[in-house]
Amino acid sequence: MPTDGSFWMPEGASTLASTVDDLFYFVTWVSSILFIGVVAAMAYFALKYRRRTAEEVPVPVEESKLLEVSWIVIPTILVLITFNWGFRAFMQLSVAPPDSYEIVVRAKQWLWEFEYPTGLVSNELHVPVDRPIRLKMSSEDVLHSFFIPAFRVKQDVLPNRYTSLWFEATREGEFDIYCTEYCGTAHSGMLAKVYAQNQGAFEEWLRSAGGTEDMPLPELGQTLYRQLGCAGCHTVDGTRMVGPSFQDLFESERTFESGESAVADENYLRESILEPNARIVAGYQPLMPPAYGTLDERQLSALIEFIKQQ
Amino acid sequence: MATETGTVALDTHHAPHHPPHLQHHFISSEQQFEASKLGMWLFLITEILLFSGMFVAYAVYRIWHPEVYQIASTALNPWLGGLNTLVLLASSLTVALSIHFIQKDDQRKMVIGLILTVLLAATFMVIKYFEYTSKFEHGVFPGGAFNPHGAEYEVLNVPYAAQFFSIYFVMTGIHGVHVLVGMVLLGWLASRGIRGHFSSAYYTPVELTGLYWHLVDIIWIFLFPLLYLI
Amino acid sequence: MSETGQQTGTAVGQAHHGGLNYLNHDRTLKSWLLTRDHKRIGILYGLTLTVAFFVAGFLALLVRTELIAPGQTIVGPDAYNQLFSMHGIMMVFLFLVPSIPAILGNFVLPMQLGAKDVAFPRLNLASYYVYLFGGVFVVTALLVGRVDTGWTFYTPYSSNPGNDAVIFMTTAVFIAGFASIFTGINFIVTIHKMRAPGLTWNRLPLFVWAIYAVSIVQVLATPVLGITMALLFLERTLQIGIFDPALGGDPILFQHFFWFYSHPAVYIMILPAFGIISDLVATFSRQRIYGYRAIALSSVAIAMLGFLVWGHHMFVSGQSAISSIIFSLITYLIGIPTAIKIFNWIATMYKGSIWLQTPMLYVLNFLFMFTIGGFTGIMVGVLAVDVHLHDTYYVVGHFHYVMMGGTVMALLGGLHYWWPKITGKLYNELWGKIAAVTVFIGFNMTFFSQLVLGSKGMPRRYWDYLPEYQPLHVVSTIGSYILGASLVIVLVYMVVSAIRGKRASANPWGAVTLEWTNTTSPPDPHNFVRMPIVTRGPYDFHLVRGLFDGNGHGDGERVPEAHVRPSPSTKETE
Repeated sequence: MPTDGSFWMPEGASTLASTVDDLFYFVTWVSSILFIGVVAAMAYFALKYRRRTAEEVPVPVEESKLLEVSWIVIPTILVLITFNWGFRAFMQLSVAPPDSYEIVVRAKQWLWEFEYPTGLVSNELHVPVDRPIRLKMSSEDVLHSFFIPAFRVKQDVLPNRYTSLWFEATREGEFDIYCTEYCGTAHSGMLAKVYAQNQGAFEEWLRSAGGTEDMPLPELGQTLYRQLGCAGCHTVDGTRMVGPSFQDLFESERTFESGESAVADENYLRESILEPNARIVAGYQPLMPPAYGTLDERQLSALIEFIKQQ
Repeated sequence: MATETGTVALDTHHAPHHPPHLQHHFISSEQQFEASKLGMWLFLITEILLFSGMFVAYAVYRIWHPEVYQIASTALNPWLGGLNTLVLLASSLTVALSIHFIQKDDQRKMVIGLILTVLLAATFMVIKYFEYTSKFEHGVFPGGAFNPHGAEYEVLNVPYAAQFFSIYFVMTGIHGVHVLVGMVLLGWLASRGIRGHFSSAYYTPVELTGLYWHLVDIIWIFLFPLLYLI
Repeated sequence: MSETGQQTGTAVGQAHHGGLNYLNHDRTLKSWLLTRDHKRIGILYGLTLTVAFFVAGFLALLVRTELIAPGQTIVGPDAYNQLFSMHGIMMVFLFLVPSIPAILGNFVLPMQLGAKDVAFPRLNLASYYVYLFGGVFVVTALLVGRVDTGWTFYTPYSSNPGNDAVIFMTTAVFIAGFASIFTGINFIVTIHKMRAPGLTWNRLPLFVWAIYAVSIVQVLATPVLGITMALLFLERTLQIGIFDPALGGDPILFQHFFWFYSHPAVYIMILPAFGIISDLVATFSRQRIYGYRAIALSSVAIAMLGFLVWGHHMFVSGQSAISSIIFSLITYLIGIPTAIKIFNWIATMYKGSIWLQTPMLYVLNFLFMFTIGGFTGIMVGVLAVDVHLHDTYYVVGHFHYVMMGGTVMALLGGLHYWWPKITGKLYNELWGKIAAVTVFIGFNMTFFSQLVLGSKGMPRRYWDYLPEYQPLHVVSTIGSYILGASLVIVLVYMVVSAIRGKRASANPWGAVTLEWTNTTSPPDPHNFVRMPIVTRGPYDFHLVRGLFDGNGHGDGERVPEAHVRPSPSTKETE
């Protein structure tokens, strides 16, 4: 039941998106009607009963027990209806179907890592459509939270135990993943993407995701730039973010916090990837995680070629 | 204007008998005393809530790791803890007696009661000092420095035993701070009592400090079995 | 008609102290800094809180400026994270929690009770200095290190090294909490023990009921914040291992501890606002509050129920589904007494005599904005929907609608209402109206767009965002500038009024609670010349002849313009 985006909601691409949306719209509409009633009454009374003389004293109004009781009973009924509906929807969201395809998620400052049953580890989340997926999540450091707006799912990710969430994608596409529990400086850069694909394409990706032997180096570099989370902190268009932009970086003169300077040649780029805190460019902070030591030579070269092209 | 507010000339500045202790915003000594007591009770409720937080932390960790807590609590000496309980109970008695005596205008016995209370409180602190130092000698510190060694303390080298002792030190530590504050207050009251500040007409500070002291005692009554006995 | 209605009696100063009032009877600095007068303490708080509000508000404008475009606009991510953290910490702990009770509660409560002061004036002064000391610590934290944990201090991020100023912050909050506790104790005892003769519970102004309810919450909830901060402090310094999983602790336990205070804290912020709205609606509709008892008791109900819902901040935290369900159900139930109040206030306007002066405009602002805030609160209480909305801008929009659209609107309304009583002067009514309208416009631009941003998926505490969210961020930022400018306008005309505003009479609004009928503007240092005896309800306009009259003695003598006749039984000198 995919839905398109509306004024309030992003596109919905999971089985439960429409349930959540229906509930959201119900509450929004009921609230809007009551709100308009309140504001209209307020405006009407302010106008109709406005003070005409300074000394006028209106006759005290008789209180109506019926009115008071009804505006307690009616909201209570509305509230209980909403609770019941929300409770049922919540149960659906909480309990994954027994045959769900399980993917392990690891959160760390500041990237997401996904491990598939085949043993493949990637920074991209790929899922087959029309199949329930269960994510088993844990953090390697502080609290994080995993959020896919299009699927209407979210769960905090903890360092001392597993938490989980489940969803079933209803259409193919690329959807955003955010971290939604403040986790430090690059919290807003801790992004990822979920790629919902048909079963065939999904299996194809699983098989070949490690194998990028035929890809030209710069193209592989660009893929890695997205997959490994570099894009969260380094732009290619010159915009300054947590880290320096890659635009015009290669062969530029870099001045460091220590006062020294150097030309950004290929060895400098290599050092920046493998030992990011060795030399910090002036005006930036030592925030890049030294998590890329496991890259192989080909991947390193690919990234360097990609950066050279910017 | 009979239905409006009327006014009555009720101005304490001009009252003929204006007791020196009566603050000017109160109408009478009785109102002042009642107000002071209510205020103190409310403050004591905040203290109970402060300690409740720690009791909750204790309960949560105890439910999660019951065996560790049982083992860890054997490292505490229930005889010393029990002795401290009796000491504090006795000190509640002495402070209650001082109030009883000042209600009968016996300033001397009131001061003696207060001084005895302070001495008993000091005894409590001394016993706690010995308890703490014996723990420290064997490396039982709160938190990160937890490193138990020596005969009967080796058994504490299990996960989560450190939490027990963190909670033990934090709870008894904060309680101890309250005992010290009480000692200072009681000592100050004793010195005021010697100078004749109190009488059966005015002994509010003694009453309020007595209430505070009873709370300090009651909190220990809960701490002792939870930490030492189970 | 003149600016605030007829001024048939001027009663500035009075015979008791030879024309002196609480402001001018002693002008030394020492008399201000060591005052035990609840009115002066209210002013001390008012001045300090105004500074805190504008500093924290300026931080918000910096945050909004950064967010006008994706990527870096004026600051990097680290500075941004500290900005929003400081904004939250200052606004919550240094402004909102004390605000109405410390400023208006202090000033007005004893007078509404017919008392000369609060029960413990020295404790009152102490509470101000404790608050100030806490505020100084907050500033120290800024200078000493960095705090970027958000005002919520979640572990383990807050117990990790690298956030070195968290120790100062936790100490600051611990200290400032005592100010709240002392104020709460003071008010409860004052209300119980120092009411004037004839002032039964059923005749109390609803502002007093609201202060009573909030004081209960302050006394019961704040100690839990205290112990939470103390434990976090010890976690960082001694590694006691309660909250940090690396040491064997549990981060969700921290959240439970934190929210057990911080949810009742939001009721600390809103309950006094409800009290102000009641008094204002009554005076500016010149009607008894519809359903007085319902409003009084619903305040107490909200205060009590408020302790049972803290887990609704933790639906996706990893707490059990059962907990979430129970917390959600109780959260809805709190919505009911709140809705009752809104309906009762509107019903009060029915067949009333509505006077759209600036305080009443803020009441209308409140009714509009707080209703949105309340409904969006119900929305985030809906379990399945909160999964989508939690930690997005929808929540940010919701809480600004209730805290700013609620508490701050009520505070502004109350400040304008009691201004003549506090200063003896009138503010400029035209500017008052202009600012009330521009505040309305700026506020809704700023925060309605955030509701939509959030439901569309924009997370909160984000320095950077995807380009699709930019248009709404631009609207929100421009709105924030309008809002900020409007509040500066209010500050300016209030300062002008304080310096050279027109003289106010004892009762320019024609209100019938004791502070208006029985004290001068500004009041005598001891409030009342003679103790009032109360024989009617607080909003019985129909039982009072000569609503604007009064020489402040409550004698009922109709005093012609600019003529004060000393009352025969009053002594001339002390």
